[in-house]
Amino acid sequence: MSKHDIIMAGFGGQGVMSMGTLLTYAGMIEGKNVSWIPSYGPEMRGGTANCSVVISDSPIASPLVTKPTAVIAMNLPSLDKFESWLEPGGVLIINSSMVNRKAQRDDIIVVEVPANEVAQELGSSRIANMVALGAYVTATGAVKAESVLDSLKEALPAHRHNLIPLNKEALERGGAFAQQDRSSGR
Amino acid sequence: MKKVFSRPDALKDVTMHYCPGCTHGIAHRLIAQAIDELGIRGKSVGIASVGCSVFSYKYIDVDFQQAAHGRAPAVATGIKRTNPDTVVFTYQGDGDLASIGTAELIHAAARSENISIFFINNAIYGMTGGQMAPTTLPGQVTTTSPRGRDIPSYGNPIKVSEMLATIEGAAYIERVSLHTPAAVAKARKAVVKSLRYQMEGKGFSLIEMLSTCPTNWGVSPLKAMEWLKENMLPAYPLGVFKDREKVNANE
Amino acid sequence: MSQPILMKGNEAIAEAAIRAGCRFFAGYPITPQNEIPEYMSRRLPEVGGAFVQAESEVAAINMLYGAAGAGARCMTSSSSPGISLKQEGISYMAGSELPGLIVNIVRGGPGLGTIQPAQSDYFQATKGGGHGDYRLVVYGPDTLQEAVDMVFEAFRVSDAYRNPVMILGDGVLGQMMEPVRFPPEDADVHKVEKPWATTGAGDGDTRLICSIHLEAEELNAHNMHLHEKYQAIKENETLYEEVEMEDAQLCLVAYGTTSRICRAVIEQCRSEGMKVGMIRPITLWPFPDKPISEAAKKVDAFLAVEMSLGQMVEDVRLAVNGRVPVGFFGRTGGLIPTPDEIVAALKRLVEEEGVTS
Repeated sequence: MSKHDIIMAGFGGQGVMSMGTLLTYAGMIEGKNVSWIPSYGPEMRGGTANCSVVISDSPIASPLVTKPTAVIAMNLPSLDKFESWLEPGGVLIINSSMVNRKAQRDDIIVVEVPANEVAQELGSSRIANMVALGAYVTATGAVKAESVLDSLKEALPAHRHNLIPLNKEALERGGAFAQQDRSSGR
Repeated sequence: MKKVFSRPDALKDVTMHYCPGCTHGIAHRLIAQAIDELGIRGKSVGIASVGCSVFSYKYIDVDFQQAAHGRAPAVATGIKRTNPDTVVFTYQGDGDLASIGTAELIHAAARSENISIFFINNAIYGMTGGQMAPTTLPGQVTTTSPRGRDIPSYGNPIKVSEMLATIEGAAYIERVSLHTPAAVAKARKAVVKSLRYQMEGKGFSLIEMLSTCPTNWGVSPLKAMEWLKENMLPAYPLGVFKDREKVNANE
Repeated sequence: MSQPILMKGNEAIAEAAIRAGCRFFAGYPITPQNEIPEYMSRRLPEVGGAFVQAESEVAAINMLYGAAGAGARCMTSSSSPGISLKQEGISYMAGSELPGLIVNIVRGGPGLGTIQPAQSDYFQATKGGGHGDYRLVVYGPDTLQEAVDMVFEAFRVSDAYRNPVMILGDGVLGQMMEPVRFPPEDADVHKVEKPWATTGAGDGDTRLICSIHLEAEELNAHNMHLHEKYQAIKENETLYEEVEMEDAQLCLVAYGTTSRICRAVIEQCRSEGMKVGMIRPITLWPFPDKPISEAAKKVDAFLAVEMSLGQMVEDVRLAVNGRVPVGFFGRTGGLIPTPDEIVAALKRLVEEEGVTS
């Protein structure tokens, strides 16, 4: 029985909400129980945004995540807020492009991904979220990367499907950082 | 012998509860006559409001809904949007329409809801016992303006027809009076025209009818007609304030 | 049933209403329920229905009154401050015996409060809200699937008894996404004939929708008629769920979002050997007082958990009627109780009341 409780957080505009939606959708495609809930309110505009995703083999009791098994911190305020929430042994994905410090805890698995730099290299600063998500799915195996791409096909209108190869590459590049980190013995 | 006067089919054969000299009875009859004339008894829906005319459904023989105070235009919106083929009219007094129900009135006009509003303006609250209305005249004594409506503290009366004529969505706005047979004849035409506009899909119309309230004005029925003429007509001039058909013809 | 669709709660409620035959919606913007009117403004015209953005919540509920009286299956939605404004129309609908669905995606109050989730409108929803002796049938779904199912149920009950009904959600339910399944668009939606609707009398007798009964005897008779109807609803339409109650020594009582957190609490407690179960009211009025009264013969104590300072707990105490202790734990202001807090409250209750678990 597996259960993944994820918090993903960042500035408004970093694609945090859509990253969460895609992950949730991917879980649904795989036949798992899923839920997604945003923080909502005035901070939606320009401030920090976060959402909670649960992917579980059994029915989901609470959609609210207070003890995440994984945190994706797309910026420093998100890392500052949520690092301490992680369960011991949990996975912390840090967008090192936007965060100038290391993780403080040593009882967790940390994956640093320069998501913005990678996105720039791929030619689209807007897909930093997909780079981070690639790192997350590789690090945790919560869903398959193909399922994320399948949900992207559902989410994007047909005339935007030309973006799918780019997103695939972003996921893979992000995933490589997770593998690298694991092989380095963390 | 030729019969020159009879009860319209759309008016029930019952005694009305209105006071002697009150013109609600005349207004009811005009609406019933118009319904007969247009042959729409079977597809009309009236909305009774709160005030003396709360029981208008007892007299006008069509389907009726009784609305909360001031909300008749909102209720009419719900009815008309549900069944666009029905002919929907509200019957509202000045307190209901021009005080507590101003938002509902103005926005129904702004949306150009295809409904007819029959507005009875007698410058006073009748049912609750003669309190000041939004249309009470400057200086007029009421039970809540015992020294007369004093403008600095009570504000000015609201001229509903003039105000609504400024709203783009209003198709037809006319003020008529019920104080003489000639005036009533004009009023009758206005009521028919309002319902006809609705049947033709022209949109929102309102007929303001200057009316009497001898009981709360504290005058006899006959004097009430004179009081209306002397006091209300100068403040609330009669006439057509908006007619989309005319505007279009002029363009 | 269709394939599961991942949807936001507010949108799932709106789509369910359309599938259930709702053809009239009037509403006014307020957070956190704006996705409902937005969705309705897109979808209703596609199915030949009418959407009106009203000038106020007061106007919206009175538009509902008109549409319901004209025979439409109809709905309005709002959040707490807006629902306060709708109370006039809700009372009139109850008095005139008009069916219609009111959705309240509750936020914290009083006053302008916060846009964050709360359950502090329980009193308003279940104990009247507007003036006069009337009842609203109130549903408190816990998942989006149940919210969808309750929309159908709410419309059925509303039409069957000619009474307004309410779905009492909260910001969590409105904003979260979960997979939901809908019945097909042409599914039987329990449509009933409405010979009383003011559709124009044709050649027949005229109809009247009204709530005025000036004579004492007449209004008394009307009130007694409504009362009998409410008794029948109580008898036939009460819904609740029992969770792990077979051997429970402690009984949680919670509804909606809070009850989901309580499920996590049950798991946690049972792993520690505490025999905790839950009675989850699905209808908040009628309240499931019989199962709670029955449980009071078996369990050592109850703990009501709410996102308020204690509203539903009063109904729990009435049902328990002093037989065993009834504790309470609540958070307000948009704060959501965590499983740990609830477990701690349960342990405090066990300790303070000296009950075994």
